[in-house]
This record gives sequence, structure tokens and C-alpha cells, in this order.
Amino acid sequence: MNRRIVITGMGCVTPLGAEVEDVWKKLLAGTCGIRPTTLFDAKTFPTTFAAEVKALPLAELLGDEAEIHASASRNARFALAAGVMAWRQAGLDHALALDHTRMGVYLGGGEGPLDFAAASQAAIAGCRDDQANPIDFDSMRWASAAMELLNGERELEQEPNLAAAHVASLFNLEGPNFNTLTACAASTQAIGEASNMIQYGDADVMLTGGTHSMIHPIGVTGFNRLTALSTRNDDWATASRPFDRSRDGFVLGEGAGIVVLEELSHAQQRGASIMGEIVGFGSTADAYRVTDIHAEGRGPIGAMRAALHNAGLGPSDIDYISAHGTGTEENDKIETRAIREVFGDKAPRVPISSIKSMLGHLIAAAGAVELITCVLAIRDGMAPPTMHYTTPDPNCDLDYIPNQARKMKIRAALSNSFGFGGQNNAIVVQAFTP
Amino acid sequence: MQNKKRVVVTGVGIATPLGLGIETTWDALLAQQTAIAPLKAFDASKLSSKIAGELPAFKLGDFIPKSHRKSTKLMCRDIEIAVVCAYHAVKHAGLVTKCIVERSESQGEANVDPQRLGVSIGAGLIPADLRELAMAFNTAVTDGKTLDLTVWGAEGMTNLTPLWLLKFLPNMLACHVTIVHDAQAPSNTITCGEASGHLAIGEAYRTIARGDAEVCICGGVESKTNPMAVGRQIKMGRLNTQDNNNPTCASQPFGDDQKGMVISEGGGLVILECLEHARQRNAHILGELVGFGCGHDTYHWQKPCPKGRGTALALSKALADADVKPDAVDLLNPFGTGIAMHDASELAGWREVFGPQLGDKHAATTRGSMGVNGAGSGAIDFAVSVMALSTNTVPPSLNTDRATSANTFGFVSGGAVDANIQTMISLGSSLSGGQRAALVVKKFKE
Repeated sequence: MNRRIVITGMGCVTPLGAEVEDVWKKLLAGTCGIRPTTLFDAKTFPTTFAAEVKALPLAELLGDEAEIHASASRNARFALAAGVMAWRQAGLDHALALDHTRMGVYLGGGEGPLDFAAASQAAIAGCRDDQANPIDFDSMRWASAAMELLNGERELEQEPNLAAAHVASLFNLEGPNFNTLTACAASTQAIGEASNMIQYGDADVMLTGGTHSMIHPIGVTGFNRLTALSTRNDDWATASRPFDRSRDGFVLGEGAGIVVLEELSHAQQRGASIMGEIVGFGSTADAYRVTDIHAEGRGPIGAMRAALHNAGLGPSDIDYISAHGTGTEENDKIETRAIREVFGDKAPRVPISSIKSMLGHLIAAAGAVELITCVLAIRDGMAPPTMHYTTPDPNCDLDYIPNQARKMKIRAALSNSFGFGGQNNAIVVQAFTP
Repeated sequence: MQNKKRVVVTGVGIATPLGLGIETTWDALLAQQTAIAPLKAFDASKLSSKIAGELPAFKLGDFIPKSHRKSTKLMCRDIEIAVVCAYHAVKHAGLVTKCIVERSESQGEANVDPQRLGVSIGAGLIPADLRELAMAFNTAVTDGKTLDLTVWGAEGMTNLTPLWLLKFLPNMLACHVTIVHDAQAPSNTITCGEASGHLAIGEAYRTIARGDAEVCICGGVESKTNPMAVGRQIKMGRLNTQDNNNPTCASQPFGDDQKGMVISEGGGLVILECLEHARQRNAHILGELVGFGCGHDTYHWQKPCPKGRGTALALSKALADADVKPDAVDLLNPFGTGIAMHDASELAGWREVFGPQLGDKHAATTRGSMGVNGAGSGAIDFAVSVMALSTNTVPPSLNTDRATSANTFGFVSGGAVDANIQTMISLGSSLSGGQRAALVVKKFKE
């Protein structure tokens, strides 16, 4: 018998807050979470703004456990907070007779931020600079400084599998534990693969989603050098402009999204309230170039088609698309082209939006938060807007729900996530009908 | 799961400090060679651990088509090793991919559909090239010792090439391999430390079993022989700092007097294939993957459960998935590190599942001859164990004869032993976090 996978809990930490219903209201109202960067001194960087998480009520959420997880990195802290909220919403905190060996975690978690002060100081100490020799790097000098400056525990907590490990430890989840890091596609991939695990029977419950923060000097340096970020420093509030002709790159955000996926009968037996059903997932590779997206969008096309096929749905069954919609020139053009290819004549009539216009790009965590908004959009019959949309782009000629949320019936939603390097994922969520 | 497809292993490609390709490493293992030696990649004389397992030199051009040569500039060492492993795996399996066709190494056309070829590669946390980063940082120092972020933001960062970030993203191992071999089916990057390879292979196994791909290139790869990785492991207290002058004996998995692990690099990628596809192209079948199980050690993310709870869960789940009783397993492939708390935990987990007969079974690990290759370790050992199964040969496990306790694994020393190996089980285990995963392979029978 086919095992069905339902969502019974959701939690998120975003630049607009760390409470799902509150974040949802703000998204429907078009609220923007982008501000000047405060996490480090970015005033001379090409990009001086970001979408930062301002409030993280982790101590309240963790209570007595807070002390034990005090060493956690920013990523793991986001994941712990989102995980607790999802766990409680699912009613798992008072569920009886859970088999913890059949409950697991699958995150798209980023690497923990580098211990920048220590690592940069050690690196600089390694640069030999005396009169007799030209400046060069001397690993012996670096070693002496690094052994003084680096902290073993801080280094360990940077490992990308640590957020998933913290979450598993908190709830004693002894089942499968994975972390994927397919760049910007990671948390959609995590949720898709977690649903595959439940379907196969490897687990009955999976806490899954993603967590990431790259708002640090190295992260912003990397993206600025790639010229991937918006540099609209004089108008940061409207800088994230997915699908708009004047778009000039994405805005870096941070946060986490975690959902509780559960096998249907497991959820029903414990009387859990069901918020939606994961019905399809598709993963592909562009296999084209690490620097560019395939111009025809063959990877995204394949991922969307695979997700629809897996769901047993056709293009006419999808009422809303949560776009990857980063606000980069290439992504938005090629994503539009790929949606046209998959949805054919129906493409102009499928409303599409990108909440990255308000939250920025949460990188590995983006897909999970976007999936959560799809579930809420289905529940409330309201699709969130693509904000800051003023100038149509002839290459982006679909219905992007500009600037204002839209009331509409949504039976099923498709959520896209595409990663740097060409790993693409699409997932389909549907209203639950017994 | 209904209509589950059978999945077989048709090729293994490894790059280890003992050699490139399965044959060289296999021969070196049988000859009980060690690859642990003084670290050459950089001057480690001021570090407390100065030895490592490092790959022999290779020319990347030998493993890619001409069309990908420009992209080699965007490859850190981890990516390079992944590309080397993928080439060896594809050749070993007799697969003809875009790479093989473009290199004119095949008479015929591609024998696998790009849209049915997937890639899943476990990767580590890849540090940026330290020299490149340090020299760039050094241009933005105004007080003689620390980075001035305002100078860095305005000018310093331009000392890094525009595509700098792309060299160190862990998903780029899989992405380069998908491009080199034109693999467009499901693709993933698992980052769970030393368990990554087993998790990636296990997930690819499920992907093929349910029909989402017909062939997958999967496993794990990592290089930890760079200053930042070695420095981090020293600060975490994991490395053997006592045997710098005695590298041959420095890596002692499950030894009596454990002094820590030896850092290493390398990787293993294997070709998994659904049975029909392998049959259609008359592939040589090395074994059938019949079980995957994973569990999590929730004891503490910084140290393993002394009772080996996660290990026992992963092993028993994999055996249950394979419908194999512990009695029926002929070869065990434990992970082993040389770090006391990890090896004790692992041993306890194995003992929980296999009971008093644990030491009576043949066992093999490559750790004694090459150290811990990060996310590459598990997949290397898995590949070697598949070869052991397919050739009925238990390779000797170097340095395991130094354990005096009788109550450990039945490792072989002194030379290879012939044995009828029908079923083997292999474990991958992360040092941080607590992820554990096991794979069961049987000899293929119609």
C-alpha cells in the first residue's frame, strides 16, 4: 500500500519574525524584512544591506535545555527554534508511545559561520612580511597563531551536520539523520528526500527543512565577488525585485524553516491535525556549467515535470507556484521560460510569486520557508505577493501576483528551488483530503 | 515497498593514498603497504601532528573531456578527487558516458541515458584555500595584525577572483561530476561528516529501487590534508600527535593504546544500477545491494554514546531491510578511527548486534593503512569490501594485530585470506554529529 505523507507541524525563523502565523500575516501584507546590515560592519561592501533575523526567542523555547545547546552555531540555533515550534504544533510534545527509532531529521543546513575574528587573524599572522623577502604565506607562522586563536568546540560546531544533530538530540530522534547542502536547493531537497524515506518505510516521522546564515563577511564577500547580490544601497527597502525588469541581484537573508512530515496513519492514530500533504517531488541536475544555468532551463523543467509526474498531477492541477525567483537576471528569466515549457498554454494563468521579495534569499533554508507559505496559501485561499514589482520585463511575462496578495482557491501548489551549480528541486503540496 | 527494483553494484572507483583506481589500492592492501607518511602538502612542522595519508600525484586532464578543461580552475582538491573517482568508477563499470565518448575511449555510443543517470556525493566542510585567502586578507590590514573590514569591503575583497566562492561549495563535487558525465537525473550532496558516503549510497539505492534513476554514481570524497582542516582536527583533540616519527604504526583502529587518528584524503564513488539495466548491457555484477539502514546517536553531538546505540540501530536496521540475520553475514566492515571514545562506542554497537560471535567473523578496514579520509572514508571501505565479496578474499587490515584484547573484530593480518563471502555489511560513522549508516551487500544470484 502506498504510504501518504502529511504535514502536521511547521516552525520558522525569518527576518520577519519567528512565529509562523505572524510571519504569514506580514507576508500577505507585503512587509519587507530587508534593512542595513548590522551583523558585521558592511558599510564599505558593495552590498550594505540584508534580511537579518532580529528576534530569536531560543531561551524561552528551549527552557531547561538552553544551557546544553549553548555551543550551537547561529544555524543550529535557528534550527532548534524552528524545530521546537514545529514539534509543539504537531502535538508531539505530549504524544504518547512514540517509537523514536522511527523518527528522524533531514535538513538542508548550511555550514556554521566561520569563527571570523580568529580565523582571519591567524591567516594574517601567516603572511610573512619582512624586508628581505616579498610578502608570502608561511604555514608555520599561521600554525603557531592558529593553535592559539582557534577554539576546538567552535570549530566542531561549524560542521554542516550539526544543526540536524542538535535537533535530533533535543527530541531524541534516533531514526535517519541527514544533512544535504545542495546550495540554494537544499531544504526543498531535504523535504523531498525525507518524504521519500517515509514513503519507503525508513521512518514514520521526519523533522525536515533547512537552516542557514551567510550574512557574515565571508558569505557576503563570496556573493559580492560573484556579482549575485543586489547593490541597490540607496534603496535597500525595495532592492529585492524578482521578475522585475530593474532587478539587479538577490538580497541575502537568513533563517530556518522546519516541518513535521508524518505518515498518514501515524498522524491519524494520534489524532494530529493535518495541514497538507506532500504529493510529489522531483530532483535533477542541469549537467551544464557550474557558472551558468542552462539557457533553456532543462534542469528546472525536468525537476518540475518529475514532481508533477510523481504527484500524478498535470499542469492544470496546480493553482499556485512558489518561484525560486531570486531576483537575479538569469534565474528569473530562465525560471519563467521553464514554467512556460512545463505549463504550456496554461502558464499565463498560473499565479506565481516569490516571497524572496520580502524575506530575501535564505539560501539553504529558502525552500523550507517557501513550502510553509504554500501550505498556508492553500489553507487560507490567499497567495502572497511578489513585492517591488514595477516594471515588466519582456523575458518575464507571466502572472507574478505583483505587489498585492491575492484571494484565490489553491488545491495544489508547486514550490521550486534551484542551486548554484545546477542541482534543481521541485515539490508539490496539496490540501489534505482523507 | 511494492515493485521495488533490484539494485546491483557494477563498478567502484576510488582514489586513496595507496593509489588511484581500485586495482592499485587493492594490491597495496594485500601487500600490507601503508600510505601514512610525513605531510607534504604544506609545512606542518609547527603543528603537533605532522603525518598524513596523501594521494599520489595525478593529472586531472586524464579524467575529463577536453570540453571541461577550463572548469578545472574552479576545482578545489575535493572536487578534483571526486572527478578522478567518478572516472574510475565509470570505467570499472564499463559505462560509456559523455566523458568516455568525448575522450574517444569507447568504440560505441553512450550506454546510459543522461536523464536516467544520477549523482549523489557525500562531501566535507571545505575550507577556502588558506594561502589565497590569507594573502587577500593581508591587503586589508591597518593595525599590523587584524583585518580592517572597511578596507576589505572597499578594496581587499577584489583580491579574490570573482568565481572564488564556487570552488569551495560542497555541492560542486556532485555538480562537476554531473557535467563531466552528463548525469541529469536526481542529484544530491550529503554533508554528514564521515557517514556521508554511506548515506549517499543508501539514498541512491532507494532512488534506483523506486525507479527515479537507473544508474547512480554515488559515494563520498574529501581532502583534509590542508592547513585549516588539520588545524581544526588538532584543536578538536582527534589527531595522533605521538607517532610523528613512526608513521607506519600511527593509525591503529580498535587498538589497545589509542592515540588518535591520522588525517587523510581520498574518496570512493560506486556505480549502482538497476538489475535490468546492468543485464541489458551485460555488465559484470560485483554484488547486489540488499540493505540500507541508518540511525542517529543522540547521546551528544560532540561525543558518541559509550554503548554504541546509534551504531547498533544502523546495523540492525540495515540487516532487517536486507532480511538477513547476523548469523548469515560473512564479512564485517567496521569504521574505526584510532580515537578511543569513537572506537569503543562503535565496538559496543557491533557487539550489541552480533553478540559473542563478533570476533569469529572476518572483518576488514583500510584505516590502518591510510588513516581517516573524512567524508571519503566510508565509501572507500565500502568499495574495498565489495571487492572482497566479489573475489572471496579478505584483505589484511594493517595495524589491527596490535590489539591484544580477544574481544574485538576478526581482522586478518599477515596476508589475505580466502573465504566464501556471501554477505557483507559496512558501517559509516560521523565523528561529529552522531550520524550512523550501514549497507548490506550480497553476492549476486539470479
